[in-house]
Amino acid sequence: MTTHAITVTVNGAQECLDVASNTTLLQMLREQLGLTGTKNGCEAGECGACTVLVNGEPVNSCMMLAVEADGQEVLTVEGLAPEGRLSPLQEAFVAHNAIQCGYCTPGMLITAHALLQGNPQPSEEEIKEALVGNLCRCTGYVRIIEAIEDVAQDGAAKGGQ
Amino acid sequence: MFARPGLPRFDYVQASTADEAVTLLQDYGPDARLLMGGTDLFPGLREGRFGARVLIDVKQLPGMRQLDHDDETGLTIGAAVTMNELARHPVVQARYPVLAQAAGTVASYQIRNRATIGGNLCNASPCADTAPATLVLEAEFLLYGLQGERAVTAGEFFRGPGQTALRPAEMMVGIRIPASPSRAAARYLKLGRCRSGDLSLVGVAVCGFGNGDGRHAFRIALGSVAPTPVRASEAEAHLASQPAGEAAFAGAAEKAMAASSPISDVRGTAEYQRAMVRTLTLRALRDVWAQLLA
Ligand SMILES: Cc1cc2nc3c(=O)[nH]c(=O)nc-3n(C[C@H](O)[C@H](O)[C@H](O)COP(=O)(O)OP(=O)(O)OC[C@H]3O[C@@H](n4cnc5c(N)ncnc54)[C@H](O)[C@@H]3O)c2cc1C
Ligand code: FES
Ligand code: FES
Repeated sequence: MTTHAITVTVNGAQECLDVASNTTLLQMLREQLGLTGTKNGCEAGECGACTVLVNGEPVNSCMMLAVEADGQEVLTVEGLAPEGRLSPLQEAFVAHNAIQCGYCTPGMLITAHALLQGNPQPSEEEIKEALVGNLCRCTGYVRIIEAIEDVAQDGAAKGGQ
Repeated sequence: MFARPGLPRFDYVQASTADEAVTLLQDYGPDARLLMGGTDLFPGLREGRFGARVLIDVKQLPGMRQLDHDDETGLTIGAAVTMNELARHPVVQARYPVLAQAAGTVASYQIRNRATIGGNLCNASPCADTAPATLVLEAEFLLYGLQGERAVTAGEFFRGPGQTALRPAEMMVGIRIPASPSRAAARYLKLGRCRSGDLSLVGVAVCGFGNGDGRHAFRIALGSVAPTPVRASEAEAHLASQPAGEAAFAGAAEKAMAASSPISDVRGTAEYQRAMVRTLTLRALRDVWAQLLA
């Protein structure tokens, strides 16, 4: 099986890697770069635990090959808190107890982050629609939606994000 | 034991020309698979429904991600245009709303960023959401092979579950849709087990043209309720033979139900799906008519 030399920007840093043809972006992030914040829930595109941004858009990293990320920009949950300081969205998840086991949380955060980038004041309906591809087995969705609404309102109070 | 062992072994090749892609297809035969968004391909490989020695990535070939519109010639969509791109494209929303709506019902936002219209059509699942839209829009599919390009109508393309008019070593490069008349309205109604994010149990696409002056026409296509997506031609003829209105719509909904032949499975019984074809067809016709009169 062939390997491919790729250059990919992950959380702002350029990485040069050799990846096998069948390595998924999820495997590359977790196993080659040690970025284990991104989770493997179903490996079938159903649960969203593996969500990352590729060029600013959320995708399921279990459903994309690492070699397809050549030349692209990837953002993982680690990139939301680059200096180890939590982002306002992450703080809101903590404040609202929007986390129980935490397995879905990285994907939830990345999807919500992308939503707020494009639409700083989403309605409840828009938040629900954006989160269709992120399943949570324990917290329930109400607290997660409240946390996202909180940041949206904060952003609005400060005159947009 | 690892429950999720990743993807089986294969080689990945990014084709640099359409000729290279079809030559590779020819050389490898059934051992090669074309790759676009991978959202049907990867689950199939993981579950062992089929194997592949080589995946040929064709989504970056020239024109594959392009969308062109002309008032006279209509819309040409590159096969690798994604569901999100279709769902939010202003021209598709305004002139071909049935396609924008259908694309917007596929899976989740993340999947729609990867899933392509060409992959949806070539995978040829009876429940492919964009397929009924291509039937009512009377689309033509552009297929490229070693002998060059040919066009096949949507009606001729779907042959059975997973079966299409694609020949060996042929690939879809685009979808061509005739110009839409200025007075047109449409609705795609999809029934899943939950409100969103599920495959369809029944999909109904309705297009309407014209207005209350007696010259109007409707087109209806159904997904998930037969071995292929199907056009409900008798229902359309029923509507053409009389003034539009409740009585005509009810009769057409009965005929649409008769055009369906669903099978019972874990997701729903045949009786339920048939009844829902009637209900959704009626609702979609009322909605399209109200839009035309507005
Ligand atoms: C969680 C999940 C939910 C889903 N929900 C829906 C849904 O609600 N509605 C729906 O319709 N679908 C759904 N799907 C199925 C899938 O996302 C769509 O069918 C999608 O549009 C496939 O496109 P793709 O680009 O990913 O295709 P790929 O997986 O890349 O390809 C699909 C098939 O077509 C072949 N192929 C690819 N490109 C070409 C080409 N140019 N010419 C000829 N053959 C080609 C491939 O070899 C493969 O057999 C879902 C999938 C997942 C994983
Ligand atoms: S692990 Fe990728 S969607 Fe579940
Ligand atoms: S907190 Fe456990 S899955 Fe969401």
